[in-house]
Amino acid sequence: MINALYDWIDNRLNISGGGRKMVNKIFPDHWSFMIGEIALYSFVILLATGVFLTLYFVPSSTDVVYNGPYLPLDGVHMSEAYLSTINLSFSVRCGLLMRQMHHWAANIFVGAIVVHMCRVFFTGGFRRPRELNWIIGMNMLILAIFEGFLGYSLPDDLVSGTGIRISYSILETLPLVGTYLANFLFGGSFPGTALIPRFFIIHVLILPAIIAGLLGGHLTLLVRQKHTQFKGHGATEHNVVGAPMWPTFIAKTNGFLLLVAAVTAILAAAVQINPIWLYGPYRPYVVTYAVQPDWYMGWLDGGLRIMPHWQTVIGGRVFFPNAFWPAIVLPGITFTVLMLWPFIEQRLTGDREDHQLLDRPRDRPKRTALGAAVLSFYFVLFGASATDVLANYLNVSLNAVLTSFQVLVFVVPIVTYPVALKICRELQATAGGGKTKVHNIVIRSAEGGYSAVPSQSRPGDAVPELEPVALDTSIVLPALVGSPSYEAVDRSGLGARAAAADGLGDGNGTAGTTDGNGGAPARRGVFRIPRNYR
Amino acid sequence: MSVTGDKQGEGTPVTIRLDADQYKVAAAKPQQMEWTVAVTFLLGLAGFMGFGAAYWVNASNFWLGVSLGVGFLGLGVGMVAWGKYLMPRGPFSESRHSMVPTQAEKDRIIGDFSSRGKVVIERRTFLTKILGAAGAVFGVVALFPLVRSLGPLPKSFSQATTWHKDSFLVKIDGSKVHVDDVEFGGMLTVFPDGDAGGALSQTMLVRQQPPAGETNIVTAPGRETWSPLGYMAFSKVCTHAGCPIGLYQQQTHQLLCPCHQSLFDVGPGKDAVPVFGPAPRPLPQLPLYIDADGFLRAQAPYDQPVGPSFWWRRD
Repeated sequence: MINALYDWIDNRLNISGGGRKMVNKIFPDHWSFMIGEIALYSFVILLATGVFLTLYFVPSSTDVVYNGPYLPLDGVHMSEAYLSTINLSFSVRCGLLMRQMHHWAANIFVGAIVVHMCRVFFTGGFRRPRELNWIIGMNMLILAIFEGFLGYSLPDDLVSGTGIRISYSILETLPLVGTYLANFLFGGSFPGTALIPRFFIIHVLILPAIIAGLLGGHLTLLVRQKHTQFKGHGATEHNVVGAPMWPTFIAKTNGFLLLVAAVTAILAAAVQINPIWLYGPYRPYVVTYAVQPDWYMGWLDGGLRIMPHWQTVIGGRVFFPNAFWPAIVLPGITFTVLMLWPFIEQRLTGDREDHQLLDRPRDRPKRTALGAAVLSFYFVLFGASATDVLANYLNVSLNAVLTSFQVLVFVVPIVTYPVALKICRELQATAGGGKTKVHNIVIRSAEGGYSAVPSQSRPGDAVPELEPVALDTSIVLPALVGSPSYEAVDRSGLGARAAAADGLGDGNGTAGTTDGNGGAPARRGVFRIPRNYR
Repeated sequence: MSVTGDKQGEGTPVTIRLDADQYKVAAAKPQQMEWTVAVTFLLGLAGFMGFGAAYWVNASNFWLGVSLGVGFLGLGVGMVAWGKYLMPRGPFSESRHSMVPTQAEKDRIIGDFSSRGKVVIERRTFLTKILGAAGAVFGVVALFPLVRSLGPLPKSFSQATTWHKDSFLVKIDGSKVHVDDVEFGGMLTVFPDGDAGGALSQTMLVRQQPPAGETNIVTAPGRETWSPLGYMAFSKVCTHAGCPIGLYQQQTHQLLCPCHQSLFDVGPGKDAVPVFGPAPRPLPQLPLYIDADGFLRAQAPYDQPVGPSFWWRRD
């Protein structure tokens, strides 16, 4: 049945000709290459769970009164958006699970993109010829952050409503056009009734479509340019070493999709996320303590908090309101520099060659140290989004916490740079450092200095590493017919037509058909690995 | 065992050895690994069956999620193990080709363009110019419905809030605020009558003890009559990012915005000046008076836009 269907399609699209390249495609193996897959698969989960949510969510600001099983909100006025999210959580069977999976997957999605970006940065994967894919990825990161923000804003609860209020104010800070843009996006002054339906359609249609398009481009470029790889195991600039698409990569990567889904489902089961029923519906004049956005907005919120109260007034006009700097300029510079980084580095190093082999981070100490320093800057900003919580938790004054962050945001990166540089240089000087397969023996010299030498591996410790074999020597089916690995299956009635259709009979330039039927049309068969190889 | 195949795309017969180590499975004990995978698959199967059962009995979110998760986990672990241990261990390699086209390839495509399109288009510069102009105009006019239809132009700031001369101060339930409603040191969120709950008009009413011998509090020069009997009204919209300023610290007479921790001093004689945090400006004050029936009313709307700064605001 499947064979017949395949034949039917193949005879119209010639999959056997072109598809073979895909089947034989080699994917390099390294744990760090799976981070991007996490992002890809959480996007799949987001689409699946998101479709479920759209069936129940009502994108409307219309005021309604809740009467339902969640008693603390019984009789409370709220928007239809909030009410439908409450119903989704309490009255739709499996609804809460889907909501929580969606929210967890969103946090994992952006997280995986960021870590994937760091992997590509620290290993130099962005270098020529992959600058374009770096830029596409960066755009997906920006869109993913917006998408996440819109998503958690939709339920119209108290915390997210406050976030929308802040974003309205941020939009207003844009010179000249800010007030107009804010009015257009929100359909008038804040809050209005347009924002929930608009945010909804941007969240469920416009941004996902763009992200899906970029994702397609990202993967197409990946296939076209082939994946990068680390040195060793026979990997060079001119080959790709790893596992073939069929069957190994297919099995592993689909298993990995299921593992990402498993983690998401178990998190959604056991760890509550965004309990909007505890926050209550959004009312513009109500606010709660400890208003924190989802994690990927934290650096922006932290920047808003620690920015001093300066604003640029020229001739009585507020040119640049205070929030303009941390909320518009900071992300603007961040993403511009990130996007241009491949070209900036080319300019700095003068290296404009193609690179298929990745760097180990230690081998590019300056890049690694710079990346670590910049990363630490954003970590401090992220921490600053919790000033109020930290002040409470540590029982110190808010002033002290805020002032420390204003200092730390500069000090930490300045300290991180030389420390990271030193660690890289030390690691470079350590033989076999970082390879867990060989233990190092640390020796203290008479003068008190330390040095490390690789130990002898114990019997059974070492896993012999094989040389890669070229896969572009692949096997034509007739060559296997009659060999112990070939199991002939009689499909009378199909044989003649199939043989005529796909030209199996002519041997296709191989060492001749060796099928046991001596001139009879070749029979379709199943390629079977001999028992001792299984 | 060796078989003969063709080098992909070239048709050159090449002999490869299927009994090479690279084609053997990675597991040292394949039979044992096969059992392990079978067990994880069965676990996954059990998980999915559990999910069906949990759904059927309307079990809690926890059991729904855990059973679904175990289902995915079992299949996922099994498939990864299958791929890692029970398939040809490799490594395999394929060659990589430069993405840079040869000069001949470049020449050929440029030749294709030139021979057919280039001459035709270059001779018709007038047509291409009109086409370009029409495209550009379309690009601009398309923005009108795309952007301009989305919302109204910003109102001038005096219309932005619903406060007007002689507005009553009302509570969230719409009832008017009477002079006896708030004690010294007390605080209340108020709105103009007719707009209870209004996002921009929301106002903090704070009452402080006026200085001895005085009836009014003077928060700033020119505001001598704005705070009768110690009643001071400030916009509740933070001048930093627009959050409602929710917390009143009675002992220090400070208003705290919980979003980014701006502190405003509303003590006697203070005009809600920011004393801490990112807020750049004091909160606008609403001038009040007490009418003959003892109700609090606005002398006038706010004398400046409430909320955060923006380009069109005059400071």
